[in-house]
Amino acid sequence: MSTIWIITKRELKSFFDSLLAYIVIIAFLVFTGLFTWIIGQPVFLVKQASLQSFFGVSYWALFIFIPALTMKLIAEERSSGTLEMILTKPLNDAQLLIGKFLAVLILVALTLFLTIPYYFTIASLGPIDHGATIMGYVGLLLMSAAYISIGLFASSITNNQIVSFLLALFIGIFFHLVFDILSRYFPGLIGNILNYLSLSSHYESLTRGVIDSKDLIYFLSLIVLGLFGAEMVISRRNTTN
Amino acid sequence: MDIVVENITKKFGTQKAVDSVSFSVKTGEILGFLGPNGAGKSTTMRTITCYLAPNEGDIRIGGYSIHEHPEKIKEAIGYLPESNPLYQDMPVLDYLRFIAELHKIEKAKINGRILEMVRICGLEGEKHKKISELSKGYKQRVGLAQALIHDPQVLILDEPTSGLDPNQIIEIRELIREIGREKTVILSSHILAEVEATCDRILIINKGKIVADGTSSDLRKKAQNKEILKVTIEDGERNIIYKALQNIENVELVDIISQSGNTFEIQSKPGTSLRRNIFKICVENNWVLTEITPTETKLEDVFRELTMN
Repeated sequence: MSTIWIITKRELKSFFDSLLAYIVIIAFLVFTGLFTWIIGQPVFLVKQASLQSFFGVSYWALFIFIPALTMKLIAEERSSGTLEMILTKPLNDAQLLIGKFLAVLILVALTLFLTIPYYFTIASLGPIDHGATIMGYVGLLLMSAAYISIGLFASSITNNQIVSFLLALFIGIFFHLVFDILSRYFPGLIGNILNYLSLSSHYESLTRGVIDSKDLIYFLSLIVLGLFGAEMVISRRNTTN
Repeated sequence: MDIVVENITKKFGTQKAVDSVSFSVKTGEILGFLGPNGAGKSTTMRTITCYLAPNEGDIRIGGYSIHEHPEKIKEAIGYLPESNPLYQDMPVLDYLRFIAELHKIEKAKINGRILEMVRICGLEGEKHKKISELSKGYKQRVGLAQALIHDPQVLILDEPTSGLDPNQIIEIRELIREIGREKTVILSSHILAEVEATCDRILIINKGKIVADGTSSDLRKKAQNKEILKVTIEDGERNIIYKALQNIENVELVDIISQSGNTFEIQSKPGTSLRRNIFKICVENNWVLTEITPTETKLEDVFRELTMN
């Protein structure tokens, strides 16, 4: 059995044993369910067989829930000293990080899978754009992967879980919102760069059902950057604890 | 597998936690690591286990360097870190299985190994409990079990008996002795009696440097080659005896150690013996020599002498 998968399995089990997984899944379903069907601009008001409102809500819900899942990943190991125990076992820093990354990604994928009934319900109400819906899900997964990676980096910096949570949100908000807003105020090259950095513009182009290598490269870069940053941080270990 | 530590230096900021330390441990040897708190014991162990990379120097275990083949070294080592960190939310059996899988023990053998560890470490009654529910002594046993589960060639134990009761300490010492016959063991402790009872060789480290290396009797000799005698002389005036003793050749110090009787502690100058001369003055003065006992230097004294400055 691969070392990465052994780590992933343990993390997943820990999520479910601590009830954190159930809380996040239920909270996500309630939150998105409310906004898809009842409050704001629900499907029945818009009178369009589309999951756009669901994707809009999920975009924000995952932004907040993911740091809650990633905050303990390294910070807890650091504060309890288990980081030393695990890193003296036959595995390297990267395997540990990728294992943890995959555990959260699988949990998010499972959560999103549980919203498939929304898709079938809406498809039965009217003609739905299947391509856009599938790409919407792909977009959510890619975005989640990027935020998990950022969360893992934030968690590797500190041994305090609250600091880790807030730091992940702080870094995330730039990609989520700030770059997008700023890009509107800067014309020309700077505006284009800011627009490219903004996660929302790439996410929107995916939910429109268009798959572009530019967007894929963007998400993959964020994922790799976050993991690489976390690896740099934990490989330094120049502390006495 | 032999451990060869060559000139390692580890800095935290500008402070050198370990300062060009070199030593080696052979297969079948149990090395005791002694030193005051903050001397660099744990840091040295962390570099051997590939957790910390030294700023300078190299460590080779069974011929593999920590810089080139950390994965080979990690496979060969069983390590119990200082504070015994464990995943508190896991049951004992799940935890041991997780560690066994990481060590790539064959699937068919995993269950057998786990049960053997449970038996050796006396965890039979606690194996289904969560680690957080265990007492400190049982947690320590789980820590030992995880270090031993893959039958490692090298065992690094950072204060293995902390938190155990006297019975458990004896059991663990016996276990370490038994394992130490075919394997290479390094253990640290600040209980001197424990190191003396368990280890073949002792290394004393202070402020990141090795200050002594040898068997416990070597260390005692090296630190003090004076003779210390406890002497009781009867049928004489205390002050007269005291003066007579002080006048013996090669006497460094005479102490009256009893309030009423005539018991003295006499220290010789380095490299000399006093027993004959004491006997002679007793005969000359018609005193009765009722006790003459050599006092051995304790390891505590050696330790204090080497690490207090």
